[in-house]
Amino acid sequence: MSALFYIFSAVMLVFGVLVVVNRNPVSSALSLVVSFLGLAALFITLNAYFIGVIQILVYTGAVMVLFLFIIMLLDIKTEQRRELNYVALGGGVVVILALVSQLAILLAGFVPGKQKLSVLPDDAAVHQDVKRVGEAVFTDFNFHLQLLGILLLIATIGVVVLSRRQGRADESGE
Amino acid sequence: MMPSLNEYLMVSGLLFAIGFAGVLMRRNIIIIFMCLEMMLSAANLSLVAFWRFGSGNGMPAEGYEAQVLVFFVIAVAAAEVAVGLAIIVALFRARCTVHVDDLNSMKG
Amino acid sequence: MTTASIILLLPLFAALFILLVTRKRADLSAYVSVISAGVCFLLTIGLIGGSGDGGSFTWLRVGGLELKIALEITGLAKGMILVVTTVGLLVHIFSLGYMKDDGAKARYFTGLSLFMFSMTGIVLADNFAMMFIFWELVGVSSYLLIGHWFRKNSAAEASKKAFLVNRIGDFGFMAGILLLWGATGEISFSGLSQALDRETLDPGLLNWAMICIFCGAVGKSAQVPLHVWLPDAMEGPTPVSALIHAATMVAAGVFMLAKVTFLIVAAPVAASVIQHVGALTALVAALMATQQSDIKKILAYSTLSQLGYMVMAVGFSGFVYSGDALGVSASNAGFFHLYTHAFFKALLFLGAGAVIYSCHHEQDIWKMGGLLRSMPVTAITFLIGTAALAGVPPLSGFWSKDAVMAAAQNNTMLLIVGSITAFLTAFYMSRLCTIVFFGKARSEASRKAAEVPWVMRAPLVILTLGAILAGFKFAYGWFLDPEALPHPHGALPLVLTVIGIAGIVAGYMIYRGRDKDPIRVKVFARKFYIDEIYLFLVRLLQDGLAYIAKAVDQLLIDGLIVRGSARLTSGVGSLLRGLQGGNLQSHVFLFGLGIVIIIYLITITFR
Repeated sequence: MSALFYIFSAVMLVFGVLVVVNRNPVSSALSLVVSFLGLAALFITLNAYFIGVIQILVYTGAVMVLFLFIIMLLDIKTEQRRELNYVALGGGVVVILALVSQLAILLAGFVPGKQKLSVLPDDAAVHQDVKRVGEAVFTDFNFHLQLLGILLLIATIGVVVLSRRQGRADESGE
Repeated sequence: MMPSLNEYLMVSGLLFAIGFAGVLMRRNIIIIFMCLEMMLSAANLSLVAFWRFGSGNGMPAEGYEAQVLVFFVIAVAAAEVAVGLAIIVALFRARCTVHVDDLNSMKG
Repeated sequence: MTTASIILLLPLFAALFILLVTRKRADLSAYVSVISAGVCFLLTIGLIGGSGDGGSFTWLRVGGLELKIALEITGLAKGMILVVTTVGLLVHIFSLGYMKDDGAKARYFTGLSLFMFSMTGIVLADNFAMMFIFWELVGVSSYLLIGHWFRKNSAAEASKKAFLVNRIGDFGFMAGILLLWGATGEISFSGLSQALDRETLDPGLLNWAMICIFCGAVGKSAQVPLHVWLPDAMEGPTPVSALIHAATMVAAGVFMLAKVTFLIVAAPVAASVIQHVGALTALVAALMATQQSDIKKILAYSTLSQLGYMVMAVGFSGFVYSGDALGVSASNAGFFHLYTHAFFKALLFLGAGAVIYSCHHEQDIWKMGGLLRSMPVTAITFLIGTAALAGVPPLSGFWSKDAVMAAAQNNTMLLIVGSITAFLTAFYMSRLCTIVFFGKARSEASRKAAEVPWVMRAPLVILTLGAILAGFKFAYGWFLDPEALPHPHGALPLVLTVIGIAGIVAGYMIYRGRDKDPIRVKVFARKFYIDEIYLFLVRLLQDGLAYIAKAVDQLLIDGLIVRGSARLTSGVGSLLRGLQGGNLQSHVFLFGLGIVIIIYLITITFR
């Protein structure tokens, strides 16, 4: 079990690094897709099946596809090499190392974090998590769900408004 | 050897750090946006991990609130990506560049 | 309402009446003022018979101190009030003629009435506080009257100068009053006298207090070094000069010193200071007078000189060098001279006013001449006044000058100074008379001069009677004990008479028939350059202070606080603006840095 954990973690992290390093934006996007796949697998190891599937469906299936659309639409070429700003680079590295080391120090002393993953029996309630999550969303969090719906509506309207072409009087008619 | 909560959290932290590094170091605004998504996903991983170990002794938490939250986060992230990319497209149409160094009219 | 309080308040009401009711009717205002002066004079005659308390009125009660406006009528006060009301009335009548064509008669008479009120207040005061209040009021009246023709620059300057120089003296005066009050807890004259009898106060304190109080007299009576205002005060109308700057106000200082003789006796160091300052003033003023060419200025310096005599005499109350202190008798001598001086000096000034009036407001003696023929009454009264001033017996000046010199008999040096001054006095007065009244007319104006109308002649004649008779016992015996005057020994009266006559003769011989001054001593003519020195000092101080103030303002307030804080703000702003590069990633970097720091702080807090 832990072998799976390590493999999927490795996949996720390595391809994450590739996202950052790649010059070609399409390659970056595709690396991110694979990284998300690894992430979804990690969700599954945590018995969060619903979330894992949603991750693939929404995140990779919709969001990343949208990214690729835009990259193609704007026809972004491979990024030219510009001179590295060593000061900025150094600063960035320092901040990231600081964050990571802080996390490591904290986790070393985090006692509740030392519990190990337990194997769940086959009839555990958590295996029906789609049903349970659905129940929770539609009963306890109904109002939040409605709000979310309105939010998505607003986002849609916003996108439509933002992508209108400016300054072409004959086309927009307003 | 089952993985512990700390290991999941460490992984999540590393993913976050990588995303942050990408935001700092890349010059293309679309790549920066993608790394932002990576950071969000890292947070989702943390949330799910805490849910899974919520009852102590490696047992998941009784309620499903954490998963509901993650669900909402993903939904909102999707909406955010949509709007963000629309803005980037509008910006590209105005400035004809996606290079973040050239988009500095908010200087000063 | 006691008689004394009516004498005090009637002029005030006259002044208010003129100010509020008859302002536009100049002639009516003049008559109101003259009538009030006349009534006061009559009431004074009635007052002379009585004595004692004049009524009081509590003005302020603070802690243990009770300030009263109270009137006290001592012998000294009676003599003085007679002088004030008599000369005051005569000057009022004279002004009716002199100021006939003036444009602001109502204002003038308001000022005169106000002055009468203030001067009466000083004379009748029973405590230092009340005297100080009226002291200042007299200064205000003087300011208003000197500056009557305020559109003339020199007059405005002169009135300002008078007030400011007086103020300097008054500052010392107040310090002295406060010292005495602090030491004894008393502020009324009778109270102080009793306190001095009861306890022995620290002599050092008494000396300092008296020196400070003397400062008030130095200012008001124009002693050196605060004498500079009196010659300039001649810018005022001549009747004003006669009343205020000859007979009454300048005598207030001497009056005050005479009233506190008991304090001078107890403070020998201060007494010595007073003597020497008086003598110095007398000599210096006489020297300066010999070279002046404005008729009023000569008389002004003469006043200064005589005031010096009075102050010197009063100072001898505390004389203890050889023999006992002369005490009260010395100050009586000073006051006696004040009394006679009031008459003949007022006479001289009014005479000068008549001369000026008939020569169409010409004041330079070198442009006058031969007026004996054209203005006989004026000339003769003037000559009698001169003789009185020079100390020719048996005129009043002879007796009082003898008393003054007798007071100084134990101090040889001051005696010599006094004698020299007497010679100079006779000399410059005879110079004045020779040039103005004898010889030929030196200008068109003096050729056309005519005798003045009776309204101006009458006061001259009345004052002449005073100048002749005031020295006799019946004239002064009712307020001043003749036995309490110092008696001159031996040949002193004869010597003084000889000196006086010698001075007169010398003046006549040197100046007869001249058209310009044969003697020229620049130092005297330029008043020992004292005015220039003062101007220099004031300018130095002012420029210094202004420079410091400017430096503080520019460097400290403007530079450091105002501009400095502005620059600080904009500097910090510029610095912080560097943080906003417009660059997305620098923002994110700072964001991350912030998060690192916050996590660090949180872990520290929860450790």
